[in-house]
Amino acid sequence: MIFQGSDTAWAVAFLLPYAAVFVFCVLYPLGIALWLGGRPHLFVELFEDPNYLRTVGNTLLFVGIGVNLKMFLALLLSGLFIRRGWRVRAIFMFFILPWALPALPAFLSIHWMFIGWGGLVHNFLVVLFDTDGPIWFNDRWLAMGTNIYAYMWKWLPFWTVVFMAARVAIPKEIYEAAEVDGANGPRRFVHITFPLLANLYLVCTLLSTAWTIGDFTTVAFVSGGAPALQTQVLATPGSRTAVSIANPPLGIATMLSALPLLIPLVILLMRRVHKSGIQL
Amino acid sequence: MTALAIRAATYRPAGWLRGLGLLVLAALLVIWTGVPIYNLLFIAFNQEDDEFSDDLWPDQPTFDNFLTVLTQNHWYLEHFWRQFGNSFLVGIMTMILTVLIGALASFVIGRGRFRHGWLVSNAALLTYAVPSSLLAIPFTRAMQQYGLWDTLSAVVLAEVTFATPYAILIFHQYGKLIPLEVDEAARIDGANPWQIFSRIYLPLMAPALVAVGSYALLLAWNEYLYQFLLLASTRNMTVAVALDQFFDSDEAPWNVMMAVAVIYAIPPVVIFYAMRRSMLAGLSFDGVKG
Repeated sequence: MIFQGSDTAWAVAFLLPYAAVFVFCVLYPLGIALWLGGRPHLFVELFEDPNYLRTVGNTLLFVGIGVNLKMFLALLLSGLFIRRGWRVRAIFMFFILPWALPALPAFLSIHWMFIGWGGLVHNFLVVLFDTDGPIWFNDRWLAMGTNIYAYMWKWLPFWTVVFMAARVAIPKEIYEAAEVDGANGPRRFVHITFPLLANLYLVCTLLSTAWTIGDFTTVAFVSGGAPALQTQVLATPGSRTAVSIANPPLGIATMLSALPLLIPLVILLMRRVHKSGIQL
Repeated sequence: MTALAIRAATYRPAGWLRGLGLLVLAALLVIWTGVPIYNLLFIAFNQEDDEFSDDLWPDQPTFDNFLTVLTQNHWYLEHFWRQFGNSFLVGIMTMILTVLIGALASFVIGRGRFRHGWLVSNAALLTYAVPSSLLAIPFTRAMQQYGLWDTLSAVVLAEVTFATPYAILIFHQYGKLIPLEVDEAARIDGANPWQIFSRIYLPLMAPALVAVGSYALLLAWNEYLYQFLLLASTRNMTVAVALDQFFDSDEAPWNVMMAVAVIYAIPPVVIFYAMRRSMLAGLSFDGVKG
């Protein structure tokens, strides 16, 4: 016990910087958000706007497909990358490059790849198949797919590394015992790896879902909401409305409307983390 | 011998197929990862007005776009080096403050067994789990009220706010690896909490400090939304916000913009690979408990 009796003053002094950051940069802005964006008429305005309802649907699709597909692929790929050998190591070092690359240049590049005429994907189709291919950002579903692809491309390496760390922590003896019993690769995955990682997988999926609901950069720079704002997600009008139409309360209300989904998610996440002691 | 021959005959095709499968998977992963990066370089090395050609590689690769950026030879790039410096300053300040604030708080929670420590760790966990964009506009309002809007300090504060929770959680976990007896021995020798923190805790926490410091630096360098909302004047902008100006313009030279993007991406990539061992270790210790 370091802090005894009069040392409480030390403890308070040590905690003061973080407490100040939390109060002035989290609690106070949260208060502003509830004060400005929590007025009922704003939500009435939102729900009367057909664009808003479509945006909610887009967010659910973007998050639902993007997060789950990414997490499942990350779990599978983590099994590949914990293998030994310089070839696997070399591919792994290249594979984690999107994690290191800032999101903005990466998404600008993907935007240009799918821009249509003159984009790399278009050129590829022309050279190989002599066809122009679709104009990706003129079609809602293709644009949506491009956003999901970009999101997965950027974040797949991070979660693969998280699962690699978890896989390495599984005692080798368990696998050795399973091998003696004749369990092969897929059966080991189903009966050992997945049950042992299930809790971490759930926590990571919840965390990633919460983060992705607030993801602004992907959609803003890949499809830019095109065609005609049909691929916007909550975070894009939530931030752009406030700036471009100069209506901050409506922008805040848009983001606050994600709270009914976000609050149970965060409560479940915090309970899981406390219960299982998983490190995030 | 016969049994061995049978086994060999049984396993060889499987092994061969497995090898081929892995090769195909490796090729797919390289293509998946490489294409957007190739496209970035492809446009950056292309000649002006060649971006609408049907080529798969630059017809006549050129460094001109990079020279334009490095010499600030375009009206969009008038303040490029200043903006680059701003990005660095924000990154370094975020790194220092995140490590310091996070270490101080985690020291009290983990080592001091402070009665209300759970409040701090819950506050950190909550901030960590809530998407930062939720607070983006109200945060901007708050900075306007504090008189910090359109200053780099506001951006540093924003980055520190969202990097510190991760720091506290990682330091708290890592601190558990250091025996509490070390602190108690120092206490008996007459050391006060500050001396234990600065002379024992910090040196023993060095690997975690490096991991979190690198994380904070990269977070600040890569973040866009808060920088976009908090910075308005060209001289105060970071490179991320300047890049967005290109994106929003109809007349922007895309080749030059991609050259900016490549230059902007180099520092974090270099830092990431240089620090990758400690950064990956930050994710790996004590990975699964439940």
